[in-house]
Amino acid sequence: MANSLIIGQYVPTDSLVHRLDPRTKIIIIFLFVIFIFFANNALSYGWLALFAVASAVATKIKLKFIARGLTPVWFLIIFTFILHLFVTREGPVLFEIIGFPIYSGAIIQGFAISLRFFLLILVTSLMTLTTTPIEITDAIESLLHPLKKIKFPVHELALMMSISLRFIPTLMQETEKISKAQASRGVDFKTGPIKDRIHAVVPLLVPLFVSAFKRAEELAMAMEARGYQGGEGRTKLRELTIAKLDWLAFLSFSCVLIGLFLLRQ
Amino acid sequence: MNSDQVEFRNVSFRYNDEQPWVLNNVSFSIKSDEWVAIIGHNGSGKSTIAKLINGLIFPDQGEIFVNGIKVTADTVWDVRKQVGMVFQNPDNQFVGTTVKDDVAFGLENRGVERSEMIKRINDSLAAVRMSDYIMHEPHRLSGGQKQRVAIAGVLAVQPNLIILDEATAMLDPKGRTEILTTVYDVKQNHQLNLITITHDLNEIIHADRVIVMNNGEVWTETSPRVLFTQEEGLREIGLDIPFVAKLANELSKQSITLTQQPINQKELLDELWTFHLNK
Ligand SMILES: Nc1ncnc2c1ncn2[C@@H]1O[C@H](COP(=O)(O)OP(=O)(O)O)[C@@H](O)[C@H]1O
Ligand SMILES: [Mg+2]
Repeated sequence: MANSLIIGQYVPTDSLVHRLDPRTKIIIIFLFVIFIFFANNALSYGWLALFAVASAVATKIKLKFIARGLTPVWFLIIFTFILHLFVTREGPVLFEIIGFPIYSGAIIQGFAISLRFFLLILVTSLMTLTTTPIEITDAIESLLHPLKKIKFPVHELALMMSISLRFIPTLMQETEKISKAQASRGVDFKTGPIKDRIHAVVPLLVPLFVSAFKRAEELAMAMEARGYQGGEGRTKLRELTIAKLDWLAFLSFSCVLIGLFLLRQ
Repeated sequence: MNSDQVEFRNVSFRYNDEQPWVLNNVSFSIKSDEWVAIIGHNGSGKSTIAKLINGLIFPDQGEIFVNGIKVTADTVWDVRKQVGMVFQNPDNQFVGTTVKDDVAFGLENRGVERSEMIKRINDSLAAVRMSDYIMHEPHRLSGGQKQRVAIAGVLAVQPNLIILDEATAMLDPKGRTEILTTVYDVKQNHQLNLITITHDLNEIIHADRVIVMNNGEVWTETSPRVLFTQEEGLREIGLDIPFVAKLANELSKQSITLTQQPINQKELLDELWTFHLNK
C-alpha cells in the first residue's frame, strides 16, 4: 500500500546530486539534451556517455535500481536499433539476413541513435530520481518567473502542481477504498472481456469524481479562510539557493561541453 | 468601544432565493476571551454561522461585527486575519505536501518573513505536540494528527478567534480525545476566543457558554451546566445529553436532589458521596 503511494520515483540518498539546487539540475539536463545532438563520432559519444554514467554513479542510487526504472524503454531502444539496421543504406554491405542487406553505416547509425536515446532517458530520469516533485515544482516556478511579465500565471501553475502532488496519494487511497467497496458488491474489475471491464470502471469513476469535486470545493474554502488571495504579497517558506556546489556543477558541465567540441569532428 | 469579539445583529441568511431561510433573525454576542460552544442538529445552521463570521458568505439581512469591524466584502481580509477556522474534513483543508508546508500556508499568505515563519511553525507545532512529524506527508498522518496540524496552522497566524467547525466529527474516539485535549491546552495557554461547533454534547463541558441552534434560530443561550437540566427539550430538537447528566436528572426525579447539576463523572461522584454523608 505505502509502496504504491510513492510519487514519481524519488530515491533519497545523501549524494551531492541530491543536494544540488533543482534549477541547476534542470538547466544542465536541458543543455545536455540539446548538446547531445552535436556528438558525431565514437569519441564524443563516449565522452557524453562517460558524463551520464558518472552522474548516475554520483547519485549513490543503486545502478540496478536505475536500470530497473529504464526497463519500459529498453524495448524502444532496441526497436530503434533494429529499425535503423534495415532502413539505413550507407557504406558497404556487411552481410545479409534472410535476403536483407545490412550496411555497415546502418550498424553505426543504429548504434548512435540508440545510444543517444538511452543517454537522454538516463539523464532525465536522474532528475526525477534525485529531486522531489515539490522541488521540481519550485524550480519550474522560479525558472518561469520572467514569464510573469507577459501575464503568464506562474504562481497559479505552481500552486496547482503542488496541490495535485499533495492529493495524488489521497485520491489513490480513495480509489482503492471505492474499488474494494464496489468489489464487495460484486463488481468485477479483473476478469472478463475488455468491454465488461471498462464497464466495471464506471461505478469506480463516478464516486471518485463526485468526491474529488467536493474536496476541491472544501479545499478552496479552507484556503480562502486561511487568507489565500493569490500570489501578490506572498512570501515563501521553501527557498531555493544557488550555492557553491551549484557553481561547481556548472563549471564541470562547461568542461564536459568544451570536451565535446574538442572531440567531435 | 466594543468589548464584544463577535456580534450578530438580527442576521438572516439563505443560500439562494428559492430556499427557506437557513438562519432566521439570529442575534448573539461573544465576549473577549470567552469559550462558546454552538450546538444543534445537522442542518441547523451552525456551519453557516461560522462561514458568516469569517466572511466566506455575507448576511442577507442584519449585521455581523468581529472585534468591532463590520464584516463586509471590503473588510473581509482584515477580519480573516483575526479569525482562524478548522473544518470538519481533515483531508480537505491540508494544503501543503508536508506538515511544515501546510502550517506555513497561512503565514505565506500573510507575507510573514521567512525567519519569523520558521519560528512560528516550530512554536505552533509544539503547542499541538506535532513537532516530531514536521516533515511528514499528510497521507502518513492519522485524522487526529491532521486536525492537530490544522490547529497549528491556525495558531501560527495568531488570530484572536478560533472557530472549530465539527473538527472532531470525522475522527475515531482516540482522535477525538486528542483534539479535545489539544483545544483545551491551547485555550489555557493562549489568550483567545474559541468557538467550538459540535452536535455532541459531550464536547461542550469546558465551554463558558453554549448557544443552541434549532432550525436556523437560537433556541437558547446558557451555560453547559444549566443546559444539561433541559433533557426533554433537547431531545425534542434532536440532541442527546451525556450519561452523567442523564443519571443526575433521573436521580432528581427520584427526589434525590444534588446541590448542583454535575458536569462530569468526578462532579457526579462528589455530589453522590456528599449527599450520602448528609443523609
Ligand atoms: N452551499 C450550500 N448551498 C445550499 N444550501 C446549503 C449550503 N450549505 C448548507 N446548506 C443548507 O443550509 C442548511 C444549514 O446548513 P449548515 O449551516 O451546514 O448546518 P450545520 O452545520 O448545522 O449542519 C442546511 O439545510 C443545508 O442543506
Ligand atoms: Mg456543519
